[in-house]
Amino acid sequence: MITISINGANHALDIEPETPLLWVIRDELGLTGTKYGCGIAQCGACTVHIDGVATRSCSVSVGDLGKAKITTIEGLDRKIAGPIETAWIEHDVPQCGYCQSGQIMATAALLASKPAPSDADIASEITNICRCGTYPRVKAAIHRASDILKG
Amino acid sequence: MNDSIVSRSHLSRRHFLVLAAGVTGGLVVGFRPEAASAAHVGAAPWDGALNGASEVNPWIAIGTDNSVIMRLGQSEMGQGVMTGLPMILAEELQCDWSSIRVEMASGNRNLRENNVYKRLSTGGSGAVRRSREFLQQAGANARERLIAAAAKQWGVAASECEAKSGFVIHAASNRKAPFGALAADAALITLTSEPKIKSPDHYTLIGTSPRRLDTPLKINGSAIYGIDVKVPDMLYAAVKVCPVFGGTLKSFEASKALARRGVVKVMPIPNGIAVVADRFWRAKEALALITLDWDYGEAATVSSAEFRKAYRDALDGKAVNAKKEGDPDAAYANAATHVEALYEAPHLAHAAMEPLNCTAHVTSDRAEIWMGTQNPDAAIQLAAKTLGLPPQSIIVHTTFLGGGFGRRAVNDELAQAVVIAKELDKPVKVLWTREEDMQQDRYRPQAAIRFQAALDKEGKPTVFKAKTAVGSISRSLGWNKVENGVEPSAVEGLANLPYLIPHQSVDCILKNTHVPVMFWRSVGSSQNAFAVESFIDELALAAKADPMAFRRQLLADKPDFLHVLDVLSEKADWSKPMPERSGRGISIHESFGTIVGEVIEASVSKSGEIRVERVVAAVDCGHVVHPDQVKAQIESGIVYGLSAALYGEITVKNGRIEQSNFDSYPVVRQADCPTIEVHLALSGGDKWGGIGEPGTPPVAPALANAVFAATGKRIRSLPMQPALLNSGV
Repeated sequence: MITISINGANHALDIEPETPLLWVIRDELGLTGTKYGCGIAQCGACTVHIDGVATRSCSVSVGDLGKAKITTIEGLDRKIAGPIETAWIEHDVPQCGYCQSGQIMATAALLASKPAPSDADIASEITNICRCGTYPRVKAAIHRASDILKG
Repeated sequence: MNDSIVSRSHLSRRHFLVLAAGVTGGLVVGFRPEAASAAHVGAAPWDGALNGASEVNPWIAIGTDNSVIMRLGQSEMGQGVMTGLPMILAEELQCDWSSIRVEMASGNRNLRENNVYKRLSTGGSGAVRRSREFLQQAGANARERLIAAAAKQWGVAASECEAKSGFVIHAASNRKAPFGALAADAALITLTSEPKIKSPDHYTLIGTSPRRLDTPLKINGSAIYGIDVKVPDMLYAAVKVCPVFGGTLKSFEASKALARRGVVKVMPIPNGIAVVADRFWRAKEALALITLDWDYGEAATVSSAEFRKAYRDALDGKAVNAKKEGDPDAAYANAATHVEALYEAPHLAHAAMEPLNCTAHVTSDRAEIWMGTQNPDAAIQLAAKTLGLPPQSIIVHTTFLGGGFGRRAVNDELAQAVVIAKELDKPVKVLWTREEDMQQDRYRPQAAIRFQAALDKEGKPTVFKAKTAVGSISRSLGWNKVENGVEPSAVEGLANLPYLIPHQSVDCILKNTHVPVMFWRSVGSSQNAFAVESFIDELALAAKADPMAFRRQLLADKPDFLHVLDVLSEKADWSKPMPERSGRGISIHESFGTIVGEVIEASVSKSGEIRVERVVAAVDCGHVVHPDQVKAQIESGIVYGLSAALYGEITVKNGRIEQSNFDSYPVVRQADCPTIEVHLALSGGDKWGGIGEPGTPPVAPALANAVFAATGKRIRSLPMQPALLNSGV
């Protein structure tokens, strides 16, 4: 049995330790907001927070997590999720929407470490792929979320 | 075990209905994509409770709580139809926008009721322009019947009543009734004639930009895509088909796979193999342990270099004429100045973010299917044909699509899913890995395009001759619709050249390889606009003319094009000088009924790296339903086109696709994304152009023209290769 902490709850799972965290989140726990896009840490659709750090869950084995605290889009702290959601709605960011959980998780981690990121910070830190090309709106919405968080 | 997953799932509480029996149609139709509350986007997703709702017509049901259920006949793959099409209905219905709830129209009902939804296939940038009129008519029909019901109740003339914000009002007697109190009666009323729909000058909702209805679901992880579907007792399948198209599986040895935990079945499928397990990861890992013995077939040794030569060589051979004006051959022979060029475009993958997947539950007499498809009608027919069941017994639930771009039009994933699910007594979700998705795509055709043009002594073009060698999409799909050797999509962008050139010809050579080809965002225009709009700049150079002025002169009889150029010229600072090794490039192209002009500013480093700084677009789609979503689609088309222009190339070696994932098939990311400004330059009138695709074609030529302005080097082959732009070369 492997015990992992996801969104504040511990889950004891009878599962192979080499299983990627992504598939544990999706298929064992049924939390489907975290998406599969590439499986090789390229696209970022599977981004979650591991102890607050934005991480591509497709490339982390569940057996390597130890006591790390995992946060998925469903469990994102409302204090940061709320302003990000407001900004995303104001800019109507999503199109197909498939990558947006990952974009938002990457954004939440960025804003936690850099409350007022520059365009250059966003370019270097938000590396998630969006095939609908929502990048300009993601960028605008990150700045807006930053403003909301600053009050 | 799977039951417990469902019961403890956060999402299962959100009313994802799995229908055990074939109850579709009527008021509660299949899958509801959890439509958000329209007016207050922070609210919980709609819970699907339709107590007492009455169906007024197939698109509109109204609940006693005044909620208006609108059936959506187009798939939501990012282009905003879940917001735009309800706006069209609501414009006529006169309901309150916040009362709207959206659910997907039922493909099975469409089949049973003689195509009642008219157009469930989503593609060709057609959602608005191909369904606007009948949706307006449906909205008007429901409104007039609600009015008639109220008039009857009140004993007044219907002509004295009006509908407004979800109420029918009789001002003379100061009476009003909410739609919810009238819907049951309205459902029984027949109109003697259909009401007239509004003309554009009377729109109050169309032309505004309410927030998208699906956004709240797409920012908290609750939107359900095909990959997210949960059905009780569901199993998962990983698949692999022959990496060389046309090859087959001779034999396989699966003992190691079968010994793995969770593996339920290993089975051959057409051209390949499937592993079914209790978890996707277990199925995928087990699949990798199977020894596969392929017969790669005839294409096992071919490569992209051969294709490239073959397409070039084909241009010297026999072609079918697709267009002829004037006497191009004679005029060419007698002209003062000749310009010739060969352009080439590679195969491209769609690479939608959500890899293809399909969940199917097949029993002896019926099949239930969940997937994000651009074409539920075709999905039903394909499942019926594959299973040997009547189409009426196939239920397809359309989920959100994690991108389409044309790839989700033919349901390859469904064909596999039903074959696999038929062998099991449980539902099965087939999920392609990214590698499978990229290597088993149906690709944008490779093409070679040769131009021969002539200018008179004043630098005015007199002859334009184009010849294209390209894969036929119709033939690749087995549609056999190619008449006389010309396929409209192969010559779109060439045969409809907007420029005033008296002598023109377009010749077409359809040439397929073993690589399957299909619709890729903007189809033929994706390669033809690159070629023709780059070549027009070559002609401008030969004429020693400014590319903008040159185009204006050749478009003098086309006010819509000129207006787009006017807006573009002003907004893009066309005449402002650029720094060294930077340049501005223009292109203009009409596709799917919409004219898009783009000006791109780019810089090129000494080592040849292209940096796209700014894209300014001007768009004439005639009318707009939702201006901000029109802009979003143009932004989207630009980024999609930039990925292709800068990086996009699918190559073949030993018959198989070399690229497998986003490391070998790079796409534009935030760091590469330029500033994008979209301006509307609407001509109105009778024109309703498409918007999903027309932003893409002008990108590559505008960028190539910018690179030429920056470096003096002409790019005639995609993707753009930094090595060719190295200042040392």
